Amino acid sequence: MRLLKFIEFLRARLRTVVWLGVGVLLGLVVLDALPGVVVKEHAHTWVERHVPGFWAVFGFVGCVVLIILSKAFGHLGIMTREDYYDE
Amino acid sequence: MSSFWLHPALILLLGGLLLPAIPARLKKGYLLLIPVLAFLRTRAMAHGTFGQVQVLEWTLVFGRVDALSAVFGYIMSLMCVLGTLYGLHVKANGEHAAAWTYVAASLGVIYAGDWLTLFLFWELMALSSVFLVWYRRGPAALAAGYRYLLVHTAGGVALLAGIILHTRGAGATLAFNAFDVSHPTLAGYLILAGFVLNAAVPPLHAWLPDAYGEATFNGSVFLCAFTTKTAVYALCRGFPGMHLLVPLGVAMALYGVVYAVLENDCRRLLAYHIISQVGYMVAGVGLGTDMAINGACAHAFAHILYKGLLFMGCGSVLHMTGESKFTELGGLYKKMPWTFFFTLIGGLSISAFPLFSGFVSKSMIIQAGFEQHLLWAGFLLNLASVGTFLHTGLKVPYFIWFGKNHCKPATWERAGEPPWNMNLAMALTSCLCIFIGCYTPYLYGKLPHPVDYHPYTSYHVSETLQILLFTAVGFFLLIKKLEPEATISLDMDWFYRKGGRAFLWLAKRPIQWADTGVGELYRLAGLVPLMWSARSTGRFDDRVIDGAVDGLAHSVRGLGRRLRGLQRGQVQQSLVVTFAVLAGLVVVYLLVS
Repeated sequence: MRLLKFIEFLRARLRTVVWLGVGVLLGLVVLDALPGVVVKEHAHTWVERHVPGFWAVFGFVGCVVLIILSKAFGHLGIMTREDYYDE
Repeated sequence: MSSFWLHPALILLLGGLLLPAIPARLKKGYLLLIPVLAFLRTRAMAHGTFGQVQVLEWTLVFGRVDALSAVFGYIMSLMCVLGTLYGLHVKANGEHAAAWTYVAASLGVIYAGDWLTLFLFWELMALSSVFLVWYRRGPAALAAGYRYLLVHTAGGVALLAGIILHTRGAGATLAFNAFDVSHPTLAGYLILAGFVLNAAVPPLHAWLPDAYGEATFNGSVFLCAFTTKTAVYALCRGFPGMHLLVPLGVAMALYGVVYAVLENDCRRLLAYHIISQVGYMVAGVGLGTDMAINGACAHAFAHILYKGLLFMGCGSVLHMTGESKFTELGGLYKKMPWTFFFTLIGGLSISAFPLFSGFVSKSMIIQAGFEQHLLWAGFLLNLASVGTFLHTGLKVPYFIWFGKNHCKPATWERAGEPPWNMNLAMALTSCLCIFIGCYTPYLYGKLPHPVDYHPYTSYHVSETLQILLFTAVGFFLLIKKLEPEATISLDMDWFYRKGGRAFLWLAKRPIQWADTGVGELYRLAGLVPLMWSARSTGRFDDRVIDGAVDGLAHSVRGLGRRLRGLQRGQVQQSLVVTFAVLAGLVVVYLLVS
């Protein structure tokens, strides 16, 4: 049950874990922005080569758009009660 | 047969047949031995064409072993070992035999060198796998199984029609080879329809979440691995470079992701992600370059393992708690931490985190898309990756093992780590997912074309980590929007589920009415006049014809009777009377005159 203890250890220090996560995110974007750290010569498009953190924005915006549009689509009538087919 | 060649499918089929005869104390060993033997057999097979059988004027080829079939045969027989280990404690012999027959049929398709052999095994796949749904028992599983079977039968008919059209006429052969994708024929499209139905390409996909969500806890582990990936193999073999498959693949990658947002049942969510992941492979086949085909095969290989692992994790939750809906689960890390850990590894693998299997396979397809300057395909497939991590990497683990605890007291009481064999199967599969992600030559060495691709570049690692970690930011910011809702989502199966009811209604109401109306009309317009005319004819017959005939007969009888009197010697009496009368008349005449 060491795994359980480890999970509870992390949960007890949730604030620290969150700040560590934020640090990793910032670090990723900074590394991407620093010239020479990430080799971008094989990048496919102009924006990838010249916009630091392009994929970070892509991931965040993509996630938000997917959630909002999918839920809106679902509430158009696609999501329905569980006994819909039982009648 | 040209010479004896042991098909690995034969080991599984015979193994399944003998299963009821194995004593209980040897059962577990036997259950492991048979898939291991089949796996070793696939590994030992040399490349070449084997198992040729002459039937009438056809040559059936059961064993075409080449680089493409070998990689699929390897991973499928390996998954059979892991899947059987996972369900080792299941007592129903029939369920094991059905699973093995299903794997055997998949291997039969993989090694088939002609259309007829392919079709026979293709149908056996559907027939055997439906039992993995039916063994769940209960009306919902029974109905889902029938729907699964009917849809696959329809696909099988399209496939057979295509095969018949394709193989008739002079010069046509039965050999299963690539089509000329630049000049597709009707036969090609029909065969393609059969293939894409099994690959679950929308709109022919709804059978997948419907059946896989209803199957037994271990049945889904098998189901998620074989049908769709056999179809990917068939597409790789038959339609490489068919451009139509690129938009279809990209669309299915996103379609599965959108439906996964809405889904409340964890196994149905995973099923929608099969559609999404197979979308990458279908797009890879459509791109058709060596790198794209390698990517499709590599992704199928990695996918079979991590998707099997995810279904094992959620299957363990179902097995131990009896629940699979997010609205009935939550907070289970205290009860099932190791199941969480293994499922998380599956989630990180499917999301293509560096050092996990998806990272080295999925990116080959996206890279191939970018190299062909199909930027829209590359970006949209990356967007689908966002959705993949959002659901299988974050939503599934969070709402089952953390989040709000929705467990009923009985569910919480039942929850606990699964039996040792399920844990071992998950641990082994997890190790393989990480091994593939860390040591690329293991997978790349098995691919059909030489690999000139290096996933671990600073750019690719940076790109992937940015996409995935910022997806996590979006997830935690919008977590309230993702709270599970006790709903189901209407999908394309609506058309045949409601359509089936409409058909029944049609049969019960309008068709029944029409039938009754025609019956009534027949009675009124046909039967009644007929009876009347019959009665009139009877009356005519009775009175006129019978009267005439009877009258004649009566007269004849009277005459006969009289004549009979003459014949009976009464003539003398008549003569006496006559002569007496005559004598009397003579006497009267004499007296008067």
